Amino acid sequence: MAMDESVRDAVLAAVPSLRAFAISLSGNVDRADDLVQETLLRALANIDSFQPGTNMSAWLFTILRNHFRSEYRKRRREVEDGEGRYAETLKSQPEQYGQVELREFREALSKLPSDQREALVLVGASGFSYEEAANICGCAVGTIKSRVNRARTRLAELLDIHNTEDIGPDDTTRAVLAGHDHP
Amino acid sequence: MSERKSWGADDPMETASTRTRKPQAKPAKLSRDVQARLGQQLRAMYDDVVSQGVPDRFTELLNRLEADKDKDSR
Repeated sequence: MAMDESVRDAVLAAVPSLRAFAISLSGNVDRADDLVQETLLRALANIDSFQPGTNMSAWLFTILRNHFRSEYRKRRREVEDGEGRYAETLKSQPEQYGQVELREFREALSKLPSDQREALVLVGASGFSYEEAANICGCAVGTIKSRVNRARTRLAELLDIHNTEDIGPDDTTRAVLAGHDHP
Repeated sequence: MSERKSWGADDPMETASTRTRKPQAKPAKLSRDVQARLGQQLRAMYDDVVSQGVPDRFTELLNRLEADKDKDSR
Protein backbone atom coordinates (compact mmCIF):
# COMPACT_ATOMS: atom_id res chain seq x y z
CA MET A 1 0.00 0.00 0.00
CA ALA A 2 1.39 3.41 -0.94
CA MET A 3 1.95 5.89 1.83
CA ASP A 4 -1.07 8.08 2.24
CA GLU A 5 -0.17 11.53 1.00
CA SER A 6 -1.76 13.26 3.96
CA VAL A 7 0.27 11.08 6.32
CA ARG A 8 3.44 11.91 4.44
CA ASP A 9 2.65 15.62 4.54
CA ALA A 10 1.82 15.54 8.25
CA VAL A 11 5.05 13.70 9.03
CA LEU A 12 7.18 16.08 6.99
CA ALA A 13 5.45 19.10 8.51
CA ALA A 14 6.45 17.88 11.98
CA VAL A 15 10.14 17.44 11.10
CA PRO A 16 11.41 20.99 11.83
CA SER A 17 9.85 20.95 15.29
CA LEU A 18 11.00 17.37 15.95
CA ARG A 19 14.56 18.45 15.14
CA ALA A 20 14.36 21.41 17.48
CA PHE A 21 13.09 19.14 20.25
CA ALA A 22 15.74 16.51 19.51
CA ILE A 23 18.54 19.09 19.60
CA SER A 24 17.33 20.43 22.92
CA LEU A 25 17.33 16.87 24.29
CA SER A 26 20.66 15.68 22.93
CA GLY A 27 22.55 18.97 22.58
CA ASN A 28 24.04 17.63 19.35
CA VAL A 29 22.76 18.33 15.84
CA ASP A 30 24.03 15.12 14.25
CA ARG A 31 22.68 12.95 16.99
CA ALA A 32 19.43 14.86 16.88
CA ASP A 33 19.04 14.20 13.16
CA ASP A 34 19.70 10.51 13.74
CA LEU A 35 17.02 10.55 16.42
CA VAL A 36 14.57 12.17 14.01
CA GLN A 37 15.40 9.66 11.29
CA GLU A 38 14.88 6.73 13.65
CA THR A 39 11.61 8.33 14.78
CA LEU A 40 10.32 8.58 11.22
CA LEU A 41 11.28 4.96 10.47
CA ARG A 42 9.54 3.73 13.60
CA ALA A 43 6.50 5.89 13.02
CA LEU A 44 6.00 4.71 9.45
CA ALA A 45 6.60 1.08 10.38
CA ASN A 46 3.86 1.45 12.98
CA ILE A 47 1.61 3.83 11.14
CA ASP A 48 -1.32 1.46 11.69
CA SER A 49 -1.18 2.22 15.39
CA PHE A 50 -1.68 5.92 14.70
CA GLN A 51 -5.29 6.90 15.21
CA PRO A 52 -6.44 9.16 12.39
CA GLY A 53 -7.87 12.40 13.71
CA THR A 54 -5.53 12.48 16.70
CA ASN A 55 -2.49 14.71 16.96
CA MET A 56 0.19 13.38 14.58
CA SER A 57 2.78 15.76 15.97
CA ALA A 58 2.23 14.62 19.56
CA TRP A 59 2.44 10.99 18.42
CA LEU A 60 5.79 11.61 16.71
CA PHE A 61 7.14 13.55 19.70
CA THR A 62 6.22 10.61 21.95
CA ILE A 63 8.13 8.18 19.73
CA LEU A 64 11.16 10.47 19.61
CA ARG A 65 11.15 11.09 23.34
CA ASN A 66 10.88 7.38 24.20
CA HIS A 67 13.59 6.50 21.74
CA PHE A 68 15.88 9.18 23.18
CA ARG A 69 15.26 7.92 26.70
CA SER A 70 16.17 4.33 25.86
CA GLU A 71 19.21 5.39 23.81
CA TYR A 72 20.33 7.72 26.56
CA ARG A 73 20.18 5.00 29.16
CA LYS A 74 22.14 2.67 26.90
CA ARG A 75 24.78 5.29 26.13
CA ARG A 76 25.22 6.27 29.70
CA ARG A 77 26.22 2.73 30.47
CA GLU A 78 28.71 2.72 27.61
CA VAL A 79 30.36 6.14 27.64
CA GLU A 80 30.11 8.93 30.10
CA ASP A 81 28.47 11.65 28.06
CA GLY A 82 29.61 14.41 30.34
CA GLU A 83 29.44 18.14 30.15
CA GLY A 84 32.78 18.36 28.35
CA ARG A 85 31.41 16.71 25.26
CA TYR A 86 28.34 18.85 25.35
CA ALA A 87 30.45 21.99 25.57
CA GLU A 88 32.42 20.84 22.50
CA THR A 89 29.19 20.49 20.57
CA LEU A 90 28.08 23.94 21.55
CA LYS A 91 31.33 25.45 20.38
CA SER A 92 30.93 23.96 16.91
CA GLN A 93 27.55 25.54 16.37
CA PRO A 94 27.52 28.54 14.06
CA GLU A 95 27.17 31.90 15.71
CA GLN A 96 24.13 33.84 14.68
CA TYR A 97 22.12 36.79 15.89
CA GLY A 98 21.93 37.24 19.62
CA GLN A 99 24.74 34.65 19.69
CA VAL A 100 26.03 35.19 23.16
CA GLU A 101 22.62 35.22 24.76
CA LEU A 102 21.54 32.13 22.85
CA ARG A 103 24.71 30.26 23.65
CA GLU A 104 24.40 31.07 27.31
CA PHE A 105 20.81 29.96 27.23
CA ARG A 106 21.70 26.64 25.57
CA GLU A 107 24.39 26.04 28.15
CA ALA A 108 22.03 26.78 31.01
CA LEU A 109 19.36 24.55 29.50
CA SER A 110 21.85 21.71 29.17
CA LYS A 111 22.48 21.83 32.91
CA LEU A 112 18.87 21.02 33.77
CA PRO A 113 17.86 17.46 34.58
CA SER A 114 16.50 15.95 31.37
CA ASP A 115 12.97 15.48 32.70
CA GLN A 116 12.76 19.19 33.51
CA ARG A 117 14.33 20.17 30.19
CA GLU A 118 11.92 18.15 28.09
CA ALA A 119 8.90 19.43 30.03
CA LEU A 120 10.00 23.04 29.61
CA VAL A 121 10.67 22.69 25.88
CA LEU A 122 7.42 20.85 25.14
CA VAL A 123 5.31 23.44 26.93
CA GLY A 124 7.33 26.59 26.39
CA ALA A 125 8.57 26.12 22.83
CA SER A 126 6.83 23.24 21.05
CA GLY A 127 3.46 24.69 21.98
CA PHE A 128 1.94 21.63 23.63
CA SER A 129 -0.56 22.00 26.44
CA TYR A 130 0.36 20.65 29.86
CA GLU A 131 -1.96 17.74 29.19
CA GLU A 132 -0.35 16.91 25.84
CA ALA A 133 3.11 17.18 27.38
CA ALA A 134 2.01 14.83 30.18
CA ASN A 135 0.85 12.30 27.58
CA ILE A 136 4.10 12.57 25.66
CA CYS A 137 6.18 12.05 28.80
CA GLY A 138 3.87 9.44 30.30
CA CYS A 139 3.32 11.26 33.58
CA ALA A 140 0.68 13.28 35.42
CA VAL A 141 -0.23 16.83 34.46
CA GLY A 142 0.79 18.02 37.92
CA THR A 143 4.23 16.47 37.45
CA ILE A 144 4.74 18.37 34.19
CA LYS A 145 3.72 21.62 35.83
CA SER A 146 6.07 21.11 38.70
CA ARG A 147 8.95 20.22 36.35
CA VAL A 148 8.30 23.31 34.24
CA ASN A 149 8.27 25.50 37.33
CA ARG A 150 11.48 24.02 38.66
CA ALA A 151 13.10 24.34 35.23
CA ARG A 152 12.22 28.04 35.02
CA THR A 153 13.46 28.75 38.51
CA ARG A 154 16.76 26.96 37.90
CA LEU A 155 17.26 28.70 34.53
CA ALA A 156 16.67 32.09 36.09
CA GLU A 157 19.35 31.26 38.68
CA LEU A 158 21.83 29.96 36.11
CA LEU A 159 21.32 32.95 33.82
CA ASP A 160 21.23 35.33 36.75
CA ILE A 161 17.99 36.88 35.60
CA HIS A 162 16.32 38.92 38.28
CA ASN A 163 13.14 40.88 38.55
CA THR A 164 14.76 44.04 37.29
CA GLU A 165 15.02 45.68 33.91
CA ASP A 166 18.65 46.81 34.08
CA ILE A 167 20.13 43.56 32.78
CA GLY A 168 17.54 43.05 30.08
CA PRO A 169 18.50 42.64 26.42
CA ASP A 170 19.37 45.84 24.62
CA ASP A 171 16.89 47.32 22.19
CA THR A 172 18.38 45.53 19.19
CA THR A 173 18.13 42.14 20.81
CA ARG A 174 14.63 42.93 21.92
CA ALA A 175 13.64 43.87 18.37
CA VAL A 176 15.16 40.67 16.97
CA LEU A 177 13.41 38.55 19.56
CA ALA A 178 10.13 40.33 19.03
CA GLY A 179 10.39 40.08 15.26
CA HIS A 180 11.19 36.41 15.62
CA ASP A 181 8.13 35.74 17.71
CA HIS A 182 5.14 34.05 16.17
CA PRO A 183 2.15 36.19 15.30
CA MET B 1 -0.18 21.18 18.16
CA SER B 2 -1.93 23.84 20.11
CA GLU B 3 -1.26 27.55 20.24
CA ARG B 4 1.61 28.69 22.34
CA LYS B 5 0.59 30.14 25.61
CA SER B 6 2.30 33.22 26.84
CA TRP B 7 4.33 32.44 29.89
CA GLY B 8 2.83 33.31 33.16
CA ALA B 9 -0.63 33.48 31.64
CA ASP B 10 -3.43 32.09 33.73
CA ASP B 11 -3.35 28.38 33.45
CA PRO B 12 -6.54 26.79 32.16
CA MET B 13 -5.31 23.38 33.35
CA GLU B 14 -5.26 24.56 36.94
CA THR B 15 -8.02 22.61 38.59
CA ALA B 16 -8.71 21.54 42.13
CA SER B 17 -7.19 18.13 41.45
CA THR B 18 -3.94 19.40 39.97
CA ARG B 19 -3.64 22.16 42.54
CA THR B 20 -3.55 19.74 45.40
CA ARG B 21 -0.93 17.51 43.79
CA LYS B 22 2.37 18.98 44.89
CA PRO B 23 5.26 16.53 44.74
CA GLN B 24 7.67 19.06 46.25
CA ALA B 25 7.65 22.42 47.90
CA LYS B 26 6.85 25.11 45.39
CA PRO B 27 9.89 27.07 44.21
CA ALA B 28 9.92 30.80 44.73
CA LYS B 29 7.56 32.45 42.30
CA LEU B 30 9.25 34.11 39.36
CA SER B 31 7.89 37.42 38.20
CA ARG B 32 6.04 37.58 34.89
CA ASP B 33 8.89 39.64 33.56
CA VAL B 34 11.45 36.94 34.24
CA GLN B 35 9.16 34.23 32.89
CA ALA B 36 8.59 36.25 29.73
CA ARG B 37 12.32 36.68 29.16
CA LEU B 38 13.03 33.00 29.67
CA GLY B 39 10.20 32.18 27.29
CA GLN B 40 11.58 34.53 24.65
CA GLN B 41 15.02 33.02 24.83
CA LEU B 42 13.70 29.48 24.78
CA ARG B 43 11.62 30.17 21.69
CA ALA B 44 14.45 32.03 19.98
CA MET B 45 16.65 28.96 20.44
CA TYR B 46 13.93 26.58 19.27
CA ASP B 47 12.75 28.65 16.32
CA ASP B 48 16.33 29.01 15.16
CA VAL B 49 16.18 25.28 14.34
CA VAL B 50 12.57 25.24 13.13
CA SER B 51 13.37 27.97 10.60
CA GLN B 52 15.89 25.63 8.96
CA GLY B 53 12.93 23.72 7.55
CA VAL B 54 13.14 20.08 6.46
CA PRO B 55 16.67 18.91 5.57
CA ASP B 56 16.88 16.97 2.30
CA ARG B 57 17.78 13.72 4.02
CA PHE B 58 14.29 13.46 5.49
CA THR B 59 12.45 14.20 2.27
CA GLU B 60 14.66 11.64 0.55
CA LEU B 61 14.03 9.12 3.30
CA LEU B 62 10.27 9.40 2.88
CA ASN B 63 10.56 9.17 -0.91
CA ARG B 64 12.61 6.03 -0.55
CA LEU B 65 10.19 4.45 1.91
CA GLU B 66 7.32 5.29 -0.35
CA ALA B 67 9.06 3.72 -3.35
CA ASP B 68 9.76 0.57 -1.32
CA LYS B 69 6.16 0.30 -0.27
CA ASP B 70 4.97 0.70 -3.84
CA LYS B 71 7.33 -2.06 -4.89
CA ASP B 72 6.11 -4.34 -2.10
CA SER B 73 2.50 -4.01 -3.11
CA ARG B 74 3.40 -4.19 -6.84
